[in-house]
Amino acid sequence: MPEKVFRARGLTKTYKTGEVEVHALRGLDLDIANREVVVLLGPSGSGKSTLLNIMGGLDHATSGSLFFGDIDLTNLDDRGLTAYRRHHVGFVFQFYNLVPSLTAYENVALVTEIAEHPMRPEEALALVGLESRADHFPAQLSGGEQQRVAIARAIAKRPDVLLCDEPTGALDSKTGIIVIDALLGVNSQLGTTTLIITHNASIQSVADRVLSFADGHISGIHENSARRAAAELSW
Amino acid sequence: MGVLDVKLLRDLRRMWAQALAIALVVAGGVATSVLAVGSFRSLEETRAAYYERYEFADVFALVKRAPKTLANQIAEIPGVAAVEVRITKLALLNIPDFRAPATGQLISLPDTGQPKLNRLYMRTGRMPEPGRADEVVVNESFAKAHAFALGSRFSAILNGRKRELGIVGIALSPEFVYAIGPGDRMPDNSRFAIIWMSEKALASAYDLDGAFSSVALKLLRGASESEVIARLDALLDPFGGQAAYGRRDQTSDAYLDHGLEMLKNMSRTLPPIFLLVAAFLVNLTLSRIVALEREQIGLLKAIGYHGAAIAAHYVKFVIVIASIGIVIGSAAGTWLGADITRIYGEFYQFPFLVFARSPDLYAAAALLSIAAAVAGAVRALRDVAALPPAVAMQPPAPPRVRRLLPARLAAHKLFSQPTLMMLRNVAQHPIRAAFTVLAMALATAILIASLFLNGAMDGLIDVTYFMSDRQDATISFIEKRPQNVVAQISRLPGVLAVEPFRQVPVRIRFGGRERRVMISGRPRDADLSRIIDAHLRPVALPEAGLAISAWLAQLLGARVGDIVEVDLLEGQRRTVSLPVSALVEDYFGINGMMDSGALAQLMREAPAVNSVNLSFDGAARDPFYDAVKSLPTVSGLALQRVSLANFRQSLALVVNIMASIYIGLAVVIAFGVVYNSARISLSERGRELASLRVLGFTRGEVLHILLLELGLLVLLAQPPGWALGYGLAWTLRNNMAGELMRTPLIVEPFAYALASAIVIVAALLSAIVVRRRINRLDLVSVLKTRD
Ligand SMILES: Nc1ncnc2c1ncn2[C@@H]1O[C@H](COP(=O)(O)OP(=O)(O)O)[C@@H](O)[C@H]1O
Ligand SMILES: [Mg+2]
Repeated sequence: MPEKVFRARGLTKTYKTGEVEVHALRGLDLDIANREVVVLLGPSGSGKSTLLNIMGGLDHATSGSLFFGDIDLTNLDDRGLTAYRRHHVGFVFQFYNLVPSLTAYENVALVTEIAEHPMRPEEALALVGLESRADHFPAQLSGGEQQRVAIARAIAKRPDVLLCDEPTGALDSKTGIIVIDALLGVNSQLGTTTLIITHNASIQSVADRVLSFADGHISGIHENSARRAAAELSW
Repeated sequence: MGVLDVKLLRDLRRMWAQALAIALVVAGGVATSVLAVGSFRSLEETRAAYYERYEFADVFALVKRAPKTLANQIAEIPGVAAVEVRITKLALLNIPDFRAPATGQLISLPDTGQPKLNRLYMRTGRMPEPGRADEVVVNESFAKAHAFALGSRFSAILNGRKRELGIVGIALSPEFVYAIGPGDRMPDNSRFAIIWMSEKALASAYDLDGAFSSVALKLLRGASESEVIARLDALLDPFGGQAAYGRRDQTSDAYLDHGLEMLKNMSRTLPPIFLLVAAFLVNLTLSRIVALEREQIGLLKAIGYHGAAIAAHYVKFVIVIASIGIVIGSAAGTWLGADITRIYGEFYQFPFLVFARSPDLYAAAALLSIAAAVAGAVRALRDVAALPPAVAMQPPAPPRVRRLLPARLAAHKLFSQPTLMMLRNVAQHPIRAAFTVLAMALATAILIASLFLNGAMDGLIDVTYFMSDRQDATISFIEKRPQNVVAQISRLPGVLAVEPFRQVPVRIRFGGRERRVMISGRPRDADLSRIIDAHLRPVALPEAGLAISAWLAQLLGARVGDIVEVDLLEGQRRTVSLPVSALVEDYFGINGMMDSGALAQLMREAPAVNSVNLSFDGAARDPFYDAVKSLPTVSGLALQRVSLANFRQSLALVVNIMASIYIGLAVVIAFGVVYNSARISLSERGRELASLRVLGFTRGEVLHILLLELGLLVLLAQPPGWALGYGLAWTLRNNMAGELMRTPLIVEPFAYALASAIVIVAALLSAIVVRRRINRLDLVSVLKTRD
């Protein structure tokens, strides 16, 4: 894995809905290093999710270039993006997006079945401290537990990058801290490059770098000299 | 088994009621096709096998008296494969403890036993000894009607002389699958017998030694029937031959053929409609169910599943549901089809049944169902696949709210808030609402069509037996009689009114098409047997010209005012031209009618009579029967009441059984449709409704929104359902109509009402289920987990 995982230059994204054009990203430059933990902060509608979705291969940029290592993501077709997501990316969404008819174990197996060098689902669940809940259905789990299952699902394939869109957005602070702790644990054990979108300013202290978003571009970059552990957080 | 398969099984288990409802809709469509087409094919194969094994003849002719040596000449007609000459006569019967006059069709048997053609299937007993005038074989249905066994005895008037006959055998014949007596419309097994006896005995009774009075021919494959008939007519003419005819005009085969034709047409009309309706409904329903999986489809894409793998998962899901339906439908269809075949087989007195295997049928029904289900899934998947996964994973954005009414009308003053929300929802998804309405309309329509079929027989009975042919009885004579026979009949005990008829066989031709029919000359003011016009009103027979069945006119392509050519097949056998002066709405046979005076002129004969319609005083029934039996010139007495009863118990019963099955399956489909509509709209709006509950709406108000919508759609569906139903009934009526029987197109208001009632009851029952679900709506989890 090269030193730079992502390299974006002049990235723009414009949504057209009817006659209205929304410029979600307005020419964005960004480099992200291997094993880095990056927090994306910014007001709602500033383009954070749009960037994460494009980096995760869920959507296409309108213009500009975005490299993952030496793969040009802006040039990949649907097949290529699917393969990219399958082999390199782990997602954690704000609303967990678990399959309700599958148990925690099976939700993780959903990914391990199609990945190249996955860990076993029980391993992934152990990493987030949920091995005892493997046979529970999402409806039988608390919000935080569901989000940890989602994290286990995201890391089970040993992804190169972990993209988390407001992973604690729906959780109370205590649960949120457990979830962040799980994410950081994965980063330190597996060396997974991790991007976390959050509205919660207090989470920024766990990151190597904090990117502030405003109106479709990065308005500021802050480097933390020392990362705090999740346990030291409070909000 | 992969995790996706686990999901599939769990999802199926979770929504088993819905899946079952959809499967039952599929089953309804498949079962109808399998049972209707299957039973029809079985019967047709049975008939073919019966005819082939028992050498049913192709051409038939009657003659007064022809020398048996003529048989050799007949055999030399090109195209003739086999000739059977025989003696056939009608005779009145005297049956112990049976007052009503009965008629026997006597048929000679060669000394060698079995005839070459029209062989007998011996149920029990043996052939009569050659020359024994007191030994006979009778047809099974007659024997059954009188509980006759071997050794039972009855008597017959042969050529004016009473003979005692003893039964030595009981048989079935391909020639009399349908045994219908003279003047009768329906088989009456107690009063019409087929009696086979030794040729020697019959010849001596009728002074026909060395002669024959009837001939049956088997044709070579590919021979021209009409050419053979023309040559046969030429050979028989000098000996008093009546026009020869093919199977189409052979009573039994014509009736059988029509019965099967009706079944076939029923099976070609309703089942495909059922199947298509089911397919459409399944397509619609599964498409909505898959669309509900939008967020999970987005997730699977997001985590790296290929579109093909995701599609395969949902296609598998709908195929499993469709397959459950196909299995249920095939099993039910096979079982019901075998039952129907048995019922028909009994009705037609087939000696055996051949059950047709129809793998193509199952395959076609299964393929169509699966294709419809898969197409529904694929349609939904395509819509979801068009969305970027990130969008698909979020719940669909609320559609833009359209104003229902001009702002100043202030809708909220007209409607309560829940009502307003319901109306908005309908207006926001107009296509979905339209499809739901269409689906429910189709459910109503197939119910109406099935109910029409059920009522069609009653309509036919009403018009035929209570508007048109109101006589109590019809007396037929062996040969035409002079007019004074009418006075004689009217003097019989109990007779209240008489109407004489003269019947002449003719070939009627127009624009290259021809049909063999009877023209009946009748008194113009006939009141017992009336003529009914297209508006179901009794009308008087026109003074001049020919009135014909509306159906015959349609077959010939003739209209009122057209001149048709008529070959008179009796007497001087002239060909004349006659104008069509009226069309008659009748439901049995195809007929021609004219004023009896005009017919006598046409025949260049003194007024003559073949049969007399009459009404009689029920109190004098027995003396009346006795008196009829004492008349040597009478060939039979048809009793209208008995005919009606027989019709009700036979053909009408068979059609009604079929109709009941269709109704049952239509009910299943209707329930499946309505239940699914209710359930899916609950799922589609689960989150919204839960949000309303969170906002403080009561359960009642939330239920109100859903049920109001269901009720609105159900009610909106009824008028188009009625129109579609009438259209289906019309199609069904037209497809079932044939030369021997037709039905009036009467869809009773009751049918509309009942069909709608069934759909509404289905809606009410679905409402109960929905209500239970709403009560269990988990507010927190719906808002939290977003699935
Ligand atoms: N699929 C979409 N269609 C149209 N507009 C969109 C879509 N997704 C996001 N947007 C718009 O793009 C802008 C940026 O959105 P987003 O990246 O989700 O912001 P953030 O995640 O920072 O809150 C917003 O104005 C949003 O309304
Ligand atoms: Mg966002």
